[in-house]
Order: sequence, then structure tokens, then C-alpha cells
Amino acid sequence: MTTGNWLCLILFPLILTIMAFPMGEYMAKVFSGGRSFLTPVLSPVERFLYRLFAVDPKEEMSWKTYALSLVLFNIIGIAVLFLLQLIQGFLPFNPQQFGAVRWDTALNTAISFGTNTNWQAYSGEQTMSYLTQMLGLTVQNFTSAAIGIAASIAVIRGFIRKSAAAIGNFWVDLTRTVLYILLPLVIIVSFVLVSQGVVQTLSPSIEATTLEGGKQVIAVGPVASQVAIKQIGTNGGGFFNANSAHPLENPTPLTDFLELLSLLLIAAALPFTLGAMLKNRRQGVAIFAAMMVLYLAGLGVFAWTEMRGSPLLEKAGVASGMNMEGKEARFGVVNSVIFAQSTTVTSCGAVNSMHDSLLPLSGLVLMFNMAIGEVIFGGVGTGLIGMLSYAILTMFLAGLMIGRTPELMGKKLELFEMVMAVVIIVTPAILQLVLSSVAISTQAGIASLGNTGPHGLSEIIYAFASTSGNNGSAFAGLNANTIFYNLTTSLAMIIGRFSTIIPALAIAGALAQKKIVPVSTATFPTTSSLFIFMLVCVVIVVGALTFFPVFTLGPLLEHLLMAVGKTF
Amino acid sequence: MMQLKRSILVFAGLSIICGLIYPMTITVVSQVIFPQKSNASVIKKGDVIIGSEIIGQLFTRPEYFHSRPSAIDPPYDASNSSGSNLAPSSAKLWQQVKARVEQVRKENSLPSNIPIPADLVLASASGLDPDISAEAALIQAPRIARERKIPESVVEKIIHQNTENPFLGIWGMPHVNVLRLNIALESIAVQR
Repeated sequence: MTTGNWLCLILFPLILTIMAFPMGEYMAKVFSGGRSFLTPVLSPVERFLYRLFAVDPKEEMSWKTYALSLVLFNIIGIAVLFLLQLIQGFLPFNPQQFGAVRWDTALNTAISFGTNTNWQAYSGEQTMSYLTQMLGLTVQNFTSAAIGIAASIAVIRGFIRKSAAAIGNFWVDLTRTVLYILLPLVIIVSFVLVSQGVVQTLSPSIEATTLEGGKQVIAVGPVASQVAIKQIGTNGGGFFNANSAHPLENPTPLTDFLELLSLLLIAAALPFTLGAMLKNRRQGVAIFAAMMVLYLAGLGVFAWTEMRGSPLLEKAGVASGMNMEGKEARFGVVNSVIFAQSTTVTSCGAVNSMHDSLLPLSGLVLMFNMAIGEVIFGGVGTGLIGMLSYAILTMFLAGLMIGRTPELMGKKLELFEMVMAVVIIVTPAILQLVLSSVAISTQAGIASLGNTGPHGLSEIIYAFASTSGNNGSAFAGLNANTIFYNLTTSLAMIIGRFSTIIPALAIAGALAQKKIVPVSTATFPTTSSLFIFMLVCVVIVVGALTFFPVFTLGPLLEHLLMAVGKTF
Repeated sequence: MMQLKRSILVFAGLSIICGLIYPMTITVVSQVIFPQKSNASVIKKGDVIIGSEIIGQLFTRPEYFHSRPSAIDPPYDASNSSGSNLAPSSAKLWQQVKARVEQVRKENSLPSNIPIPADLVLASASGLDPDISAEAALIQAPRIARERKIPESVVEKIIHQNTENPFLGIWGMPHVNVLRLNIALESIAVQR
């Protein structure tokens, strides 16, 4: 590895940390109703919207009302997106004259974008009209991200409030997220992207006569506005099939850097928001630190694997066996590694390289990131929720060790919170293992494989880890646009999403009702490095115990067989 | 019931803001401020569009720099981006790479044991990669000089002039845009 490579690997996490802290503080201000530099501009718009929506911003909701509003809003969005795809042929802004999307693909896409997964069974430039991209997919990119952030803020309120029946107002949290957080960021990012060459037009595809006289049709569209939000909202659904590897979606190393920072920013900032809202910033730092340790550990293994290259390629005469299959020349190996690690730890799923062609141990790291439930930064909102569930589990274990009722951030943890936290942690794991085994045992599941041997198993596990964790990236050799995969992955996405958010809101409701226990000498400090260490261990142990057998048969076996020169 | 009505209202409102006002505003402003970039950076020769500066093209003739292999069928179809998605343990990939390595060595009259730059024989992620590494350009220089009957130093100079460095010196890889290289070659031919 060159010095530049090392610098990238060290500087990027550093820059992320430096940017996440003020972002977290800013979000805390937005959700505590404080004033920020954007308040003078945006608060008239905000008041106007509340009047339009018939929302009383002072109204407070119980966790059940909050959850009901959230689910209703989410389902309406999914239904509208489903219909929009079916009737896009009759609507404007469709210069390539795409007809209705097949029903199962449309259903899968609607659920996928509605749940912040952005798993794409379709190829964007061959399927979706410009109107569907904007009014359908872009809208869901905003709302599904805002739903996740709102839910995490409600959970934070559960920890702050004492003897309270309510956890906030969903409509207010949603509106504030879109107005104060998402829109300002995406507008800036959009313009920087366009200035570098990301296309943004409503004109039809361009027909070119190449230098050698061939014909080339270049698909274009309103790309920058879609790319900005799919990164900022950890959505990940690209305008084009090749996602952020496509030169018109990610043309230069600068846009690559910006897209990478965008996809991590909010998720990495939320622990600091937690700290600021708790008025215990060290708590935010502790949660962030646990996430960062896991992020760096995976990044280390991943970078080491890819930089070593492939023994097979070296034998075939490729210089240093460098694995450039499925990677872009302007990014190279190290940036593709940082991007892939970041997109799988957050539930983004945007890709600047093709994950299917990564080396086996690299694929293993990515699958682990998703399989543990997207808690290393995670999706916007849902990542913090997942990590707090692991923190509840950690404190339960610590409580058993010291023989005391577990507490977290001043709240006693009892049976109800434990059960809900376990539901959040275990459901995605069960989902992916059960659905993967269904896929391996049926003809419909096997027929879609793009590669055979142990890598075929990896393709299936990756698909269900990605959809259950609401990530959305893929080992794209698997042909997922079949009725079998469209329906099974839809199931994984929708259960994966709501089995995180609804139990989390229930925890918030239960915690808000409790008193705050004063800190005493017997309190296990949840800001200490011992706590960070235990939290990291719990995440790794739960992940390893659940997935080690299947990882052995997939990526580990492929790695060993490749080393002795076996191909499939 | 009240929450259902609100859900519909809020969804309609946010759809208009995020799905129409936002992308339309970005489109209009981009078209005014960045007319070239927002329209896919097309390059014209007279009135004919010869391509986009940032979308790769297929080059097969020996007097042109060749782009990376494209997994799209047909190669470099810019309306259907895709990688090969072949596994590192795929026998098909192994066969493809061996054949491509042989072909590159033959085309450039290289000895049979010389390693070939990875990007020149492995397919890109998008299938539309406009760039190759500087090394991949340099090993093609002797062939191009021979075919075009120009000194090799001229070809190398074109490569160096067109090499783009990583962002901040570290982010990304040094790369050269193949279409731009070939346009530069054409302009030399015209001057002579």
C-alpha cells in the first residue's frame, strides 16, 4: 500500500468525526425546538406547512399514536409509489416512453424505497420514467429517511423524559427533518455534483456517433437531485443501474469523496445528537466510539484483503493480481474499499464498485456489517436505534454480572424493554437465515444465481442480509427480478423495517413513563471505555454466533478454495 | 381516522416539495449555471455529437487508445450500465482474463511474461468507465506511435498532459480519459 492509501484510510474517519459532531449538535437543536441559523428562513415555511397539514405542533403523542401515524404515513407512501409505477406510461416526463413496471417489480420497488432499503431489482435507465424517479423514488428517499430520523429522536426522548406519557409529535419531527436537515444538505450536494458533471436534465437520451463511427445512446435524466438525497438519506437507490459507479452519477474523485461523506454524515452525527439532548455528551461519544471501533476493524480486514489482490489474477498475468474487476479506474481499489465498507455499515447501499466481484473475505466483512442489523452507524435513525438495543442487551449482561437491576442513561431496564430490544436484534437474523434456506432449497431460488460454488451461497445470503437490514446493496450477479425474489425480499424488507421501528417506539414509550434514577456509586458507568468494549464485544459475539456456520460455507470456503487455485 | 387524513395531507405536501419543487429547481438552476455539465458534458465535432466527455466508448482500431473491457452487451451501451458481477472464483472470469491478457500482449507486441495493468484486462463497474490508468495508456503508446507514424515521445506527452490526479493528491487513482486522448491524437494528425 502506498502512503496515499494509508492517508485515505486514516484521514477519512477523522474528517467524518470532525464533521459529525457539529452536525449532531445542530440536529439536537432542531429537535429541541431551539433556534439555529436557518430558523429565520425556514420557520415561516414550517408554520405554513402545519396550517396546511392541519397539524398542531404543540400536540404530543403517546408511543402508540406516534407509531400509528408513522405506519399509516409509510404505507400510504408505498401504495402511491406502487400505483405510480403502474401508470407511468400515461403520465408526463417520460421521454423514453417506458410502459408500466411489472407488478412484482413495482411492488418490490415500492416497499424497497418506502423502507429506506432501495434494493433495486430493476435497471433504472431501462425501467423508470423521469416522473417516477422524481415524484416517486426521490420523495420516498426523503420520507423514508425522515421517518427513521424521527423514530430515533422519539427514542432519545424516551430516555430524557421522566414520568411522561408522550414521546413527541410525529408530524413535527417529520416536517422538521425534511425542512431543516435533509433539504439544506441535498441542495448543496446537488449543486456540487452538477458542477462536477453529474447530469441534471429532463431531456431525452442523447444519441452520439462515436469517434470510431459507432452509435451510442447515452441515458440521462434528473440525476443529481436524486443522487444527493439517496446519499444523504442512506437510501442508496441509484438513478442508473450501475449506481454511484456510473460516470454520470459519480464522475470524479471529488464527487466520490462528497458522496461518501454524505452517506455517513447523518448516521454518524446521531450519537452526538443523543449526547446533546441527554445533556451528557460523553454518552454520545461512547456510542459513537463503539460504532467507530467496529467500522475501523471491518475496514482494516477489508482493505488488507483487497490490497493483497487475487492469486488467480496474478497467475493469469495481471500486474500484482490487483482486483480491478467491477471497479472504476478513477477510484481505484482503496476508495472502492472505503465506499463499500461505508455503504454496508450504514444502510445506504449505494455502490461505486460491484460487490459481487470483491474477494471472498471482503464480501464476508460486508455481509457481517449488514447481518448484525445495520448498527455500525447504520441507517439514518435506525442505526442509532439498533445500537441502543445492543446497549440495552449489554447492560442486561452487565447487570447479571454485578447482580443489580440494569440501568441505561438513568432509566431502569426491565422485562418489557429487554424483550423489545431482543426483538429488534433477533428478527433480522431469523429473517435472513430462514429466507436464505428457503432460497437454497428451491429451484426458483437457485435458478437466479449468477455464480456457482460457495460464491452462489454468498449471493443468496447477501441478498437477504441486505434486504432484512434495509441496506439495498447487492451481489448483483443474482437475478433478483423474478417473482420469487421480488416477493421474498419484499417480505424481508418490510418485516426488517417495522420490527426495528415499532419495538423501538414501544421502548421509548415505556422509558418515558419511568423516573430517572440518580447516579450512585453502584451505577455501571455507560460512558466508560469498559462499556464501549463490552458493547463492541456483544455486537461481535451475537453476529459471530448467529452467522459463523453459514459464513464458513460461503465466503470462507471460497477463500480457501481460491488459494489452492480452484474455480467454479 | 384523523391520523389517516393527516397522513394523506402530509404525504401530498411533502411529495410536491420533495418530488417536484426540489428536483425542478435544481434542474432549472443547473441548466442556467452549468449548461455543459448538467447536459452530460457532450463533445461535438461540428454539429455531430461524438459522445460524452465522461462516458467511455468502445475503441477497437489499433491507432486509438483502447478503453477497459465493458461487461455490457454490446460493450459501452450507455443506456444499459452494468458490471460483469463475476465472482473472483469464477472460471468464466479466469478464462476471460487470460484471453484478454494474451490479446493485449499480442496487440502491443509485448513479451509473453510481462504483467498487464489490471484495469486494461478487467471489466469496470459501470461498463462505461471513461478512464484507464496511466500505466495502461503507456503500454499502448508504442503501438499507437507505430500505427500513426509519429514519435513515441509525442504519444507519451499526450498521456502526461491528460493525466488527472487524485482529489487532494490521495483520493482516487491517477487516470487518463481515453476519449480525450484519442481526440488529442486526431488533432495531431490534422496538424501534420
